[in-house]
Amino acid sequence: MIRIDSLSKSFTLHNQGGAVIPVMAGASLSVAPGECVGLTGQSGAGKSTLMRMVYGNYLIAGGQLIVGDTDVASAEPRQIIALRRHTLGYVSQFLRVVPRVPTLEVVAEPLLAIGTPADQARDRAAHLLRRLNIPERLWSLSPTTFSGGEQQRVNIARGFAHAYPALLLDEPTASLDAANREVVLSLIEEAKARGAAILGIFHDETARARVCDRLVDVTGFTPKTGAAA
Amino acid sequence: MTLHTPEFSQKIHGPDQPLLKVEGLTKRYGSRIGCADVSFDLYPGEVLGIVGESGSGKSTLLSCLAGHQRADLGRIAYDGRDVLAMSETDRRRLSRTDWAYVHQNPRDGLRMGVSAGGNVGERLMAVGARHYGQIRGKAVDWLGRVEIAADRVDDRPSAFSGGMQQRLQIARNLVTSPRLVFMDEPTGGLDVSVQARLLDLLRGLVRDLGLSVIIVTHDLAVVRLLAHRLMVMKSGRVVEQGLTDQVLDDPQHAYTQLLVSSVLQV
Repeated sequence: MIRIDSLSKSFTLHNQGGAVIPVMAGASLSVAPGECVGLTGQSGAGKSTLMRMVYGNYLIAGGQLIVGDTDVASAEPRQIIALRRHTLGYVSQFLRVVPRVPTLEVVAEPLLAIGTPADQARDRAAHLLRRLNIPERLWSLSPTTFSGGEQQRVNIARGFAHAYPALLLDEPTASLDAANREVVLSLIEEAKARGAAILGIFHDETARARVCDRLVDVTGFTPKTGAAA
Repeated sequence: MTLHTPEFSQKIHGPDQPLLKVEGLTKRYGSRIGCADVSFDLYPGEVLGIVGESGSGKSTLLSCLAGHQRADLGRIAYDGRDVLAMSETDRRRLSRTDWAYVHQNPRDGLRMGVSAGGNVGERLMAVGARHYGQIRGKAVDWLGRVEIAADRVDDRPSAFSGGMQQRLQIARNLVTSPRLVFMDEPTGGLDVSVQARLLDLLRGLVRDLGLSVIIVTHDLAVVRLLAHRLMVMKSGRVVEQGLTDQVLDDPQHAYTQLLVSSVLQV
């Protein structure tokens, strides 16, 4: 579902004397449907960089990156938009939403964006929020005022609202208590069971051991010529 | 691009046809460049953000696209029709029906001496609506959609707050079901809390009506939340364009890098 071959990336800082910082070279891995692959490596080794390249946030300097039917390296913006809407979900560490939008709407939005009828989308959102222990009295409020852990759970609910065939998870269990961590791990297991290909960063070792089928150390993808940014 | 309303889907050739196709658009003021060699495609349901500092040519570009100014060179094809070759009558009909233009200052887009309901109803009458009851009903419906209470329908916009005036301008523009909306700094001059409300409203309308939007702003936070694609302008030229979060997270051009790194983090 996700195929990465000899991927490379560098940043050119035009306003700092045109310094070129190579951050990745020769990155190769693949994730099959129903499989969860965990990225490991020290902070700064390039785990998030790789995830951002898969999601299309970072341009690709060289190599191949295919998600489903989309060649991410050469795709037009509108093809990436379609990929993100239908195929590839991303649970980041930070919730970025329009202020004032109620939590229930924030979670239902990915479903509304693919044309799911509003009542079905809200039912699914309510189901996920309930599972993730977000009290119903908060659903009509914007999550911007919530605690860090609550925002993280809203973000997870949003990421799992649509049954994406491929998912990127950046520290989905960070800042969660034991009960909610268990819910998130079950959501990941259910996604795998329905055939989702998952690429994730898990610092929590027990979580990693439980959901990851394989681990890939990104340290091997660090360019030999220079240190990662 | 996914389209959500069946009536809208029927109005277009198909999601793989651009609604607007712009090639080599250039506008000069004497020897000075307004905008030069601008090319892009806009697809149904897409929101394109145009950012750049004051004087970068973004407003000139928008007014050339909307036909408020005549471009010197280039081509604009809307729904397969050559806009620059159209007669003035046809172009005016297009801007009354298929297109809408939301001004930065609501006073430029509203008739201040006419009631809120009249402002919305007037656009409908301009496209041929004549039944008073239906016009009023539709006006009240649209005021509701932009969260203006029905009991304010007979008030003049001069009695409204800035945020309400802007929402009224949006209702007036969208009542005729346009497919392409031009917006010039629509959230400029509004309080942050009012901006958020307007952004939420605009996002919902884009999603539910399948609108294509070209939005000019200097506010990167606004484009991050609203625009699918981003075009960065400097000295009348497009220096970079791409997926919004890609341009903001991994800017390639020196000017974009400066622009992005100059934003205060909150």
